[in-house]
Amino acid sequence: MLSEQEVQHIAQLARLRLTPQEAKKYQKDLSLILDYVGQLKKADITGAAPTSHSVAVENVIREDELRPEGPERIKKLVEAAPQREGDYIKVKTIL
Amino acid sequence: MEFKDLTVARARQGLLKKEFSALELANKFLDKIETEDEQFFSFLTTTKDLALSQAKLADEKIAKGGDIPLLAGIPVAVKDNILVESVRCTAGSKILEDYIAPYDATVTRKLKEQGAVILGKTNLDEFAMGSSTERSAFGPTKNPYDTKRVPGGSSGGSAAAVAADFCCAALGSDTGGSIRQPASFCGTVGLKPTYGAVSRYGLIAMASSLDQIGPLAKTVEDARIIFDIIKGRDEKDATSVEIRALNKLSARPSASEVSAPAQNLKIGIPKEYFIKGIDPEVEKLVKEAIRKAEGLGAAMEEISLPHTQYALAVYYIIMPSEVSANLARYDGIKYGYSVAKSVRKEQNLLDVYLNSRGEGFGEEVRRRIMLGTYALSTGYYEAYYLRAQKVRTLIKEDFDRAFKKVDLILTPTAPTPAFPLGEKMADPLVMYLSDIFTIGVNLAGLPALSMPVGKTGRLPVGLQIIGRPFAEETIFGFASALEEII
Repeated sequence: MLSEQEVQHIAQLARLRLTPQEAKKYQKDLSLILDYVGQLKKADITGAAPTSHSVAVENVIREDELRPEGPERIKKLVEAAPQREGDYIKVKTIL
Repeated sequence: MEFKDLTVARARQGLLKKEFSALELANKFLDKIETEDEQFFSFLTTTKDLALSQAKLADEKIAKGGDIPLLAGIPVAVKDNILVESVRCTAGSKILEDYIAPYDATVTRKLKEQGAVILGKTNLDEFAMGSSTERSAFGPTKNPYDTKRVPGGSSGGSAAAVAADFCCAALGSDTGGSIRQPASFCGTVGLKPTYGAVSRYGLIAMASSLDQIGPLAKTVEDARIIFDIIKGRDEKDATSVEIRALNKLSARPSASEVSAPAQNLKIGIPKEYFIKGIDPEVEKLVKEAIRKAEGLGAAMEEISLPHTQYALAVYYIIMPSEVSANLARYDGIKYGYSVAKSVRKEQNLLDVYLNSRGEGFGEEVRRRIMLGTYALSTGYYEAYYLRAQKVRTLIKEDFDRAFKKVDLILTPTAPTPAFPLGEKMADPLVMYLSDIFTIGVNLAGLPALSMPVGKTGRLPVGLQIIGRPFAEETIFGFASALEEII
């Protein structure tokens, strides 16, 4: 069983604020799910290579060239930001 | 003409013969949605202006004659995790409640190019994470066959909209069964294409090694029409491939298969998919469908997919891991719900992240983000993620071996018919188990179609038809033949 501190640590890594009650609930839920997926320990994986992608595709590359989009598209993208100044996206002080 | 008869193919016929105009058709469907969808809640947004302007264009093209685009004037619906330019796209989440799509998804562009009339955006479990559409931040969709039951999920809005005759066809997305399971619960046809067959550009990402977009429709023919339009390589999705270029891998049907789709097929029935816990009525209907398929001349054979028991566990490591990475983009800075705008002065940048995400994401989404974060964290990566990737290989190899002997595999789509609202909400694992027959297909990247094969009481039951990579044509051929005699 995960401890409440562990759950709060995971939440912090995942950038999620949890109330103590939420942390308690997730403590139970996550532990149950981890117990369930723990059955993979029984699988014999000797010699098995990991699959990250089900269809064999080689690296897909293209020329590093500009593909300009119109000003309308740019405006729409910038306008989606919650806080802006002109064409800039505004962020809280970092340092 | 009755709404229920309006398949894509039939509506096209009616439009070309001028039995009705595209504008009339669009208005009829929009009225029907407005008056009847209150009881099902299959749509989150209707796009009346867009629909009517597309319908007018379609009418002009039909009046002019010549080559009429394949979906000219055909009313369709789009799952609300697929972008339609300038239309709100919520992914069923509070964090995107006011998000306006800045561009069209590639599948949306392709539908528009073929003249489709987009009526609206359909409900889904938040970020497509769920099996009942009860996890939508905006409320659950109800099953048109029984409004006390779920439509399945996560494409429950699309499945319900097709079943309730609110559109001729719809798009959904499928990461672990999210097209096929709701198709089964709502008595519609649903296809999850081969991984890579359809571009995901403009699909709000959930688990990128598993996600695919596909059609939900009233008939196999309609599903094929939509699939043929949306498939193909797209330079904006590097995982997409051109089906023709992969002839070696694919099993294009031979001439004899096309003329007699079921006759020369070898079909595998995996014993691991007929287990204790499956609803006896579901098992009976699926076995009857298998017998009918035998009557078409297909050769049946019992097969084994020995690692099936591990599929759900593998999925609940790989999917949340990818989810935790994909959903890191919702930071309260670039778009979506943000506490940065609020007056809480004490907030620093970290608080903006923690609170925007903590408040914006629902319970299940946070659960999966945390699971994935844990599985990928230092000290656990090998025990969970790497091990799951290796067992994924074993599951894929089970299918590879089976497809050396057989052309198609038949299974139930879901272990039960539609279940009552609320029944599986308390225990996440119980909900996860409702995808037990569909998940293996995503892990292996295979195409699979669910089609209705009967009802238990009022509730439809689906048969799942699994094919080799890029063998959608074989699946469609067989499914059409079976559809005729069911």
